[in-house]
Amino acid sequence: MSTPSNPAAAQKGDELPPLRLHLTRADLVRYAGASGDFNPIHWSDRVAGVAGLPGVIAHGMLTMAVAGRVVTDWVGDASLVRSYGTRFTRPVVVPDDDTGALVEITGTVGDVTESDGVRVARIDVKAVFDGKSVLGRATAEVVLPG
Amino acid sequence: MPDESFVGRSLPAAGPFQVGREKIREFAVAIGDASPLSRDLDVARAAGHPDLVAPPTFSTTFTMPLIEAFLRDPDFGWDYTRMVHGDQRITFHRPIHGGDELFTTIHVDELRTRAGSHMLTLRCEVADAAGAPVATTSSLLVTQA
Repeated sequence: MSTPSNPAAAQKGDELPPLRLHLTRADLVRYAGASGDFNPIHWSDRVAGVAGLPGVIAHGMLTMAVAGRVVTDWVGDASLVRSYGTRFTRPVVVPDDDTGALVEITGTVGDVTESDGVRVARIDVKAVFDGKSVLGRATAEVVLPG
Repeated sequence: MPDESFVGRSLPAAGPFQVGREKIREFAVAIGDASPLSRDLDVARAAGHPDLVAPPTFSTTFTMPLIEAFLRDPDFGWDYTRMVHGDQRITFHRPIHGGDELFTTIHVDELRTRAGSHMLTLRCEVADAAGAPVATTSSLLVTQA
């Protein structure tokens, strides 16, 4: 396993530079405003509790977005992403403190295909919170720079 | 109980949503995406883009409010307050840039009830002002039956 410095030379099995990040309540509030998703389970402990959650949870789409950075940071241009999808398998519970929730993101080149001179990589993305995977079958298809 | 007669139907196209530069910047900041292509117009243009490049999940800023409005419509009968997001896929037919004017059509693709849950698949077809396809998104939404 190696970390390719240049995505143009990516091969199946390569690992992308991993990301470690903390999601805080402030991040959730900022994302609510930017995305327009004001569901109170993402900012109110009271409403989260009524919904049966252990506390305020991150927007699934925020977790998906930050996990996608492992791909876009590596390839350097979001316009090269052809598709991106995931299942939301577990919530990321975000405590009301200064540290927030640690999410660790990794990406692996699952496959590289070529057609008409364009190389497309399938990146398998993993996001782990509290020792468990929070995204299921997260994959992105990205055009590799020539 | 959601109204099953909606399955297979599509809603009228909504739009135009004008993709603003400041909205792209705001979204990039919110997800911690430091790429200058989403923040610096000169860098984006020097790289051959017509304007700022939207991050991959940016389409949620205009598709999810439309989905929410549909799911809160009492005619459909969905319990929005108990909803969780099951899965999400976004496929791009071309990148989204600042200045794009986009129209979104929601398609009610599937509704299943299993193990005490309603599972709804909504597809959004996003097109530009000329009708050319831009993106297809698919969302699985789950609520208690």
